[in-house]
Amino acid sequence: MDRLLTVDPIKLKDPLELQIEAQSAVLLMKPEGVSNLSRRAFLGFGASALVLGALLPSMPVRAQTAAAAVKPGTRIPAFLVIGKDNAVTLLSPFVEGGQGINTGLAQIVGEELDVNPSRFTVECAPPGPDYAVINGLRMTGGSFSTRSSYPLMRRLGATARDMMIRAAATKLKAKPETLKTEDGFVIHGASGKRLSYGELAPVALALPPRDDVALRDPASFRYIRQPVARLDVRAKSTGKAVYAIDQKLEGMLYAAVQHAPNQGTTVQSIANEAAVAAMPGVHSVHKLPGAVAVAADSWWRARKAVEALSVSWSAPAPSGLDTVAADYASDGLLAALKSSKEAGLPAETEGDATTAFATAAKVIEAEYDAPYLVHGQLEPPSSMARFNPDGTLELWAPNQMPELFQSVAAQTAGLAPDKVILHSPMLGGFFGRHFLYGSANPFLQAIQLAKATGRPVKVLWSREEEFRMDALRPLSFSRFRAAIGKDGRPTAIQARTVGEGPLGRWFGAVFKDPVDSSAVEGITEKPYAIPNRRMEYVKFPHPVTIAFWRSVGHSMNDFFYEGFLDEIADAGGQDPFVLRMDLLKDKPRHRKLLETVAAMSGGWKRGPYEVDGTRRARGVSMASPFGSETATIAEVSVQGGETQVHTVWVAFDPGSIVNPAIVKSQVESAVALGLSATLFEELVYKDGVRQSHNFDEYPILSRRSMPAVHVEIVESGAPMGGVGEPGLPGVPPAVVNAVAALTGQRIRSLPLAKNKIGV
Amino acid sequence: MTTLHVNGRAYQVAVEDDTPLLWVLRDTLGLTGTKYGCGIAQCGACTVMIDGTATRSCQVPVDSVGTADIRTIDAIEEDPVGRKVVEAWVAAQVPQCGYCQSGQVMAATALLKQTPHPSDGDIADAMTNLCRCGTYNRIAAAIRQAAG
Repeated sequence: MDRLLTVDPIKLKDPLELQIEAQSAVLLMKPEGVSNLSRRAFLGFGASALVLGALLPSMPVRAQTAAAAVKPGTRIPAFLVIGKDNAVTLLSPFVEGGQGINTGLAQIVGEELDVNPSRFTVECAPPGPDYAVINGLRMTGGSFSTRSSYPLMRRLGATARDMMIRAAATKLKAKPETLKTEDGFVIHGASGKRLSYGELAPVALALPPRDDVALRDPASFRYIRQPVARLDVRAKSTGKAVYAIDQKLEGMLYAAVQHAPNQGTTVQSIANEAAVAAMPGVHSVHKLPGAVAVAADSWWRARKAVEALSVSWSAPAPSGLDTVAADYASDGLLAALKSSKEAGLPAETEGDATTAFATAAKVIEAEYDAPYLVHGQLEPPSSMARFNPDGTLELWAPNQMPELFQSVAAQTAGLAPDKVILHSPMLGGFFGRHFLYGSANPFLQAIQLAKATGRPVKVLWSREEEFRMDALRPLSFSRFRAAIGKDGRPTAIQARTVGEGPLGRWFGAVFKDPVDSSAVEGITEKPYAIPNRRMEYVKFPHPVTIAFWRSVGHSMNDFFYEGFLDEIADAGGQDPFVLRMDLLKDKPRHRKLLETVAAMSGGWKRGPYEVDGTRRARGVSMASPFGSETATIAEVSVQGGETQVHTVWVAFDPGSIVNPAIVKSQVESAVALGLSATLFEELVYKDGVRQSHNFDEYPILSRRSMPAVHVEIVESGAPMGGVGEPGLPGVPPAVVNAVAALTGQRIRSLPLAKNKIGV
Repeated sequence: MTTLHVNGRAYQVAVEDDTPLLWVLRDTLGLTGTKYGCGIAQCGACTVMIDGTATRSCQVPVDSVGTADIRTIDAIEEDPVGRKVVEAWVAAQVPQCGYCQSGQVMAATALLKQTPHPSDGDIADAMTNLCRCGTYNRIAAAIRQAAG
């Protein structure tokens, strides 16, 4: 070993402690920009869209000024680099993590620029005001990338093409209108001269851009709306794609960590520090906030060493729900949510529910809950940090919000934000994992260890540490009541949701609306004509770190609502499909989707019926997540107490699309994750600690349980909605409704694996 | 000093005997195409071929490998079956995040080397690698296509 080095714990700044300047957030936001804000929705909530800007905590004055000076998405050279060899590099505001955004952007820009998207290289742009293209904010999330940037990226491509033509006109002494373009070349019709964009770029990209360039007629699109092949598929099929975990720096140390078993406790002492420091390859042993770390010359050596450390941790609080106490348990929290007597805040109120209940022919009531979930992205989190001789900090960190990470990294390192060079690597899956979650992000440790060792450091969390630290999809609970009339139709619905959502947790400092939309989305704003509604929300903070998880509040709330809607149908003696059609009488967009999914599945039939000697049944559900609409049907059987899902059909209406192949892939993927959560997933807290440590104790969907998935895209022409997340929320209720149709068992608590089905 | 035969080349490595092959490949040899996912042979992201058999390298101590022929994703296109698998993966547009796909391609290549025309049951038995993006159906389609 080189030397024994134990640093004093440096206080990590939790994002929650950072000063958030609401005013700067408001300044950053612009009223225009997102095409789909007509609906009261931005990540599911309305005026509080402003809040996201506030996520850029104490945005430095310099950056604010820059942001004010630059209109995001307009400076062509910030986005396009065209080499002499005519290779096109697009610097993207978004990070690629499997959703296919790199390919989609290449299609949109390439369409207008007149360059075949297959010739694009797309990289995640560095931090900077040019890339704040979502209403003055930059992030990859909320299924927002394509829909928020589509008009802007088209204009960017068209504007750049116009600059190429003007530069060529000067060079050829020709009138611009005598020039045309063809896949990266400007062509002079009369002389047949061809100039490549690459040779024109140095002059062209320095021209003042026009702001009135005409866009291409969609009828003549060659790339948009086509199933263009993904740009990254070959690299990802040959091991050549580079993720954060694969990166390496000259002279780098590898670091492994061991976190406190009880979240929130701290290192008291290490009994065998000297012995561990003498282990092969070990450079140094470190105490960090809530963790110990070892830096070594290989990660395996670092891991063995850090796991050999005998650490005394401070004791957690014995009891209570303000912290993760020694007796903290999932079932204890659920019991507390259920027994809360606090008055609810109105999340959605319509008509007169009180009278409707008083005059109902029948009233039903049910309680639904869903567990904590991990993200389970297959790439374990890592981050790499290096302090450069010029005083800058260079950071490679998986993230969904570069400017925010840069800002927090700067505060952690005691530098100005412009002294932090942030690289945003491709993500080996994210599903919401790489927002800023305080101690659940390893980049803070990388900065501290690089500072302490004076060497570049890569911190990698073992899968076990990731299970210990991942920010969780919150455990959730809602209680429903419905009033049913003599005709069997619902006259009123009431819901009481008790819990906490990630939006309120992480964006809440300036989020003035006390109703956390990420806790109630999927319960509010449903399309059904139930005249009297009283949906209420009680905030009940969790002591654990909670997260955005693919489809966020919809991931459990559409299960709750759509499951209960089937209960309403049953109580009123109605078929659940027919009842939905009936309640959507005035919603042609939704009826079309229901009709489409029914036709895809060969016509609606609930069952049970026999197929290949097994009894099967089907369930139906709808969801309206992230500006898109879905209708889902699942077919299930039950064998030996275990639910088998044979086929899932999804009719999906995101308004309009860019790449039908990628859209279908995303819906298939969302179905798989939704099914995984429905069947298997549950992160349980008991005695203050998480009970799963790896995938052997937290099963996720494997090939054995993967159903056939059929997706049909319906382009209604409504404003463009999201694609990455919306396929998920319909899956849990469709499956659970099918199980009820088959067995008569109504599952109100996920996952199915913890319930005995059909016995 | 241990001698390893990886992708047709011999490498001398100085690591502890119990070091998993995965970490020797990634950190010592710089062959980062092979991925770390779980470390307990559950997910299969670290799958390599050892003497033609798909093997989860996170659970293979380096001193147990001996003179065996180790093949990794980094050289997959040098293998005629591997090349066919890669082409099928591209044609079926299998990967999304892509992180598990190194292991999936290795498992599929090993399967097709041993069973050139696998049944659905063979595919189910051999392809136990996890994919969090849920690309399982496309993986199966790509294997059938590569099998011809």
